[in-house]
Amino acid sequence: MNAPAAIKARAFGVVHTPTVTLAHGGGGKAMKDLIDDVFARAFDNPLLAPMEDQARIGLAGLAGLGDRLAFTTDSYVVDPLFFPGGDIGRLAVCGTVNDLAVGGAKPLYLACAVIIEEGVSLELLHKVAASMAGAAREAGVAIVTGDTKVVTRGACDKLFITTTGVGVIPPGLELGAGKARVGDMVMVNGFMGDHGAAILAARGDLALETTLQSDCAPLRGLIAALLAAAPDTRFLRDATRGGLATVLNEIAAASGVAIAIDEAATPLRDEVKGVCEILGLDPLYLANEGKIVVVAPPGSAPAALAALRGHPLGREASIIGQVVEGEAGRVTMKTVFGGLRIVDMLIGEQLPRIC
Amino acid sequence: MKYVDEFRDRAKAQALVKEIKKVVASVAWAKERPIAIMEVCGGHTHSIFRYGIEGMLPKEIELIHGPGCPVCVLPMGRVDDCISIAGRPEVIFTTFGDAMRVPGSKMSLLRAKAEGADVRMVYSPMDALALARANPGREVVFFGLGFETTMPSTALTVLQAEREGVENFSVFCNHITIVPTIKAILDSPGLHIDAFLGPGHVSMVTGTAPYHFIADYYRRPLVIAGFEPLDILQSIWMVLRQIAEGRCEVENQYARIVPEAGNAAALGAIAKVYELREFFEWRGLGSIDHSGIRFREAYACFDAERKFATPNVRIADPKSCQCGEVLTGAIKPWQCKVFGAPCTPETPLGALMVSSEGACAAYYQYGGVRARQAQLDPVR
Repeated sequence: MNAPAAIKARAFGVVHTPTVTLAHGGGGKAMKDLIDDVFARAFDNPLLAPMEDQARIGLAGLAGLGDRLAFTTDSYVVDPLFFPGGDIGRLAVCGTVNDLAVGGAKPLYLACAVIIEEGVSLELLHKVAASMAGAAREAGVAIVTGDTKVVTRGACDKLFITTTGVGVIPPGLELGAGKARVGDMVMVNGFMGDHGAAILAARGDLALETTLQSDCAPLRGLIAALLAAAPDTRFLRDATRGGLATVLNEIAAASGVAIAIDEAATPLRDEVKGVCEILGLDPLYLANEGKIVVVAPPGSAPAALAALRGHPLGREASIIGQVVEGEAGRVTMKTVFGGLRIVDMLIGEQLPRIC
Repeated sequence: MKYVDEFRDRAKAQALVKEIKKVVASVAWAKERPIAIMEVCGGHTHSIFRYGIEGMLPKEIELIHGPGCPVCVLPMGRVDDCISIAGRPEVIFTTFGDAMRVPGSKMSLLRAKAEGADVRMVYSPMDALALARANPGREVVFFGLGFETTMPSTALTVLQAEREGVENFSVFCNHITIVPTIKAILDSPGLHIDAFLGPGHVSMVTGTAPYHFIADYYRRPLVIAGFEPLDILQSIWMVLRQIAEGRCEVENQYARIVPEAGNAAALGAIAKVYELREFFEWRGLGSIDHSGIRFREAYACFDAERKFATPNVRIADPKSCQCGEVLTGAIKPWQCKVFGAPCTPETPLGALMVSSEGACAAYYQYGGVRARQAQLDPVR
């Protein structure tokens, strides 16, 4: 039997109340129990285990992986906390891991700070922590340090999470938004807008029933395969808030080029198109949490596309357009109808149209 | 996608464009000056830009983007009234999404919300009524906005509230009617509009009868048009045929949705609940007789204007704005003195920059293909 292992394991504090109260943020035993019971137990790893005020990471190990540290942070405030295809915990790990990975880095460690509204159930926190742990395993990273705050009711909306990540970039890799050149191909790794549409549908006030799932996923594996097949890839970015249209505009502006895409080649699910038709939204501006925009020189584009399609998270990858001569910063789209429109940056928030 | 993709078919579009070119070639005067066609409805304007239709048409056709965007033509004074109602502590103010950004003289509803007003986005007035039932201690106000398309749903919601005896629900009524405004445009001096694409969803309620004076009296062809890109191309082809053949008629391209007689039940609900106002102010166009509606006396208890004191101050459009001239086709959006700077979708000065259905916002956002043809040619 495995009784000896259980004896050796660290004894975690346990919370006995069904909900979080301000006492759990007070710095005393209640707080230690909450951190232990919910987070330390779920994230358990050797760097976290000493429970010091900081994680201590050996430099030699990092240096062996590359020559630059990639360092990023992001906050997650999604409503609802649980949605088809994911939850705030999975999002908080994948989002930060992907922000490291699109720089070419191998993501290694995350810090996790949570702000909890009093009254949130322990059951909910356990679910979120388990989801974070699962996503971290999937992404090959460890959550090595963190912080917990509890605020009075109304001071935050149930649960906010901030994750900060570090990774290492191998030598020679210099991806940049300013590196696109005329003739480069622009591709994406699959259906766009799934996350944004799934969240809209999950909010419930639309009474829309869909089978849509968020595409929330850690992309390091996909990106590693892509960079191995096409090491001269110019640029990658995950098309999160602001969607595909925003990333394309950022590339066009930073590189001083124009980009022309083809609506017919842009992968969009019928359900996403349907949600957008009903609400008067444009899928090009919907958020994604598992999609990247790739710019690759024409010679490497076939290899890049093949690498994307060879990975489970890139089966529906497609070349959607090309970097072209033209007004710097201008993004255009040939519509399915055969016309041409300009795809601009989103002004403010996308609001449904009246009629 | 079923019932959508069929109306966006590229091959059919190309065939229609070919036919359009043929008809245009048979209109001799089109060589002297362009054939000016006004699409009345903001939904059409949006589709024209969304699908790049303007750039597919021969240069002899000029599209003029009309006043049919209810969000755009809302005057600042009315937005100020909204914000004053929304700012009352007992009020939950409910609105369609794109009305949140319309600027009043000091702020928009979006900013009022940020500053603490309880403003909530809804998709239907019935959602607002549900909020009223769920919050009996609060006053729920719905921002009634739009042409005949949205009028019946507001009217039916009020009738429902009356049946249920819901007393904490009211409507701030800014519904407007398009026909007097088309007439005002037709009467404006220096008009150069040769034909109209009539509003599709308004006509689904009103039927085709209200437009006959345009053909009979003003001698302008009108085709009631659907909103898919093929609908719009076919409607353009239909008005061109009328021009080529010297006809002035009201034709119905959108027959799959628009019955000639309209929707009797919807018209009945409108007539029961509302009456015409003597005049209503339109942003960019000024005051137009009989162009707005208000609650009948019998429904006064659902009228937010009577329930709450509002400032009710008329605020003039900024002098620099040339929205009126754009709306009547006298100038193109980019010819306006303030287009692009300082008037942008982020900081709209004029009505037409406010909603994505407004002509100026559409040009700014999607780009007037004609205006930028030179830059776009390489990728065509």
